[in-house]
Amino acid sequence: MKKWLMLGLLALGLAAQAQGNLEVDTPVINSLKSSMQSRFAQLEPLFSAGALGLTRDGKVEVHDPAAIPLAQRPVANNLVGAENRDRAALYREIARANQHPEWEADIARTFGRRWIEKARPGWWVQDDNGQWKKK
Amino acid sequence: MHKTLAVRMFILILAGLLPACVTINIYFPAAAAEKAADRIIDEVWQLQQSSSQALPEPGSSHPQNKVTP
Repeated sequence: MKKWLMLGLLALGLAAQAQGNLEVDTPVINSLKSSMQSRFAQLEPLFSAGALGLTRDGKVEVHDPAAIPLAQRPVANNLVGAENRDRAALYREIARANQHPEWEADIARTFGRRWIEKARPGWWVQDDNGQWKKK
Repeated sequence: MHKTLAVRMFILILAGLLPACVTINIYFPAAAAEKAADRIIDEVWQLQQSSSQALPEPGSSHPQNKVTP
């Protein structure tokens, strides 16, 4: 009977421990991070120019195409596409690495809030209703 | 007779409690997710200049999860 009690306590302990931190240290997550980190050098001036904005669901969107010179628009669109693919993969992978694929949308929204919170003054971000506003 | 019934009841109660333990972790851990997001965003946007200097630190200070018998 003591064995059962010990087992129960162990299960509780493990559950409590799992609650403290999310697993974000996997090879896939690390490679997505470095890919996004190097892309940010190209995205940053586009955010500052008001061309791109941050959505509340953790993505990047073209906010003002007119802020991008015509010749650079295809490049900018490719950058946005690649960034959003990486971001979607990141949220999916974090959910999967923590054995809860169904958390993907919650993780995306959490990231959305945090990207927006950390965005620099002057960048365009979406508010809770999905309306664009300048930080 | 009574003793085995008590044991069975106890096992049944434990069996009922076990899903409760699992349930704890089914809810989305919002605080942990926020912490994880902050860490990843700081790295991607390189928001903490000092963290690049202290980069070898977190790696070496990582607890070695050795399983001791």
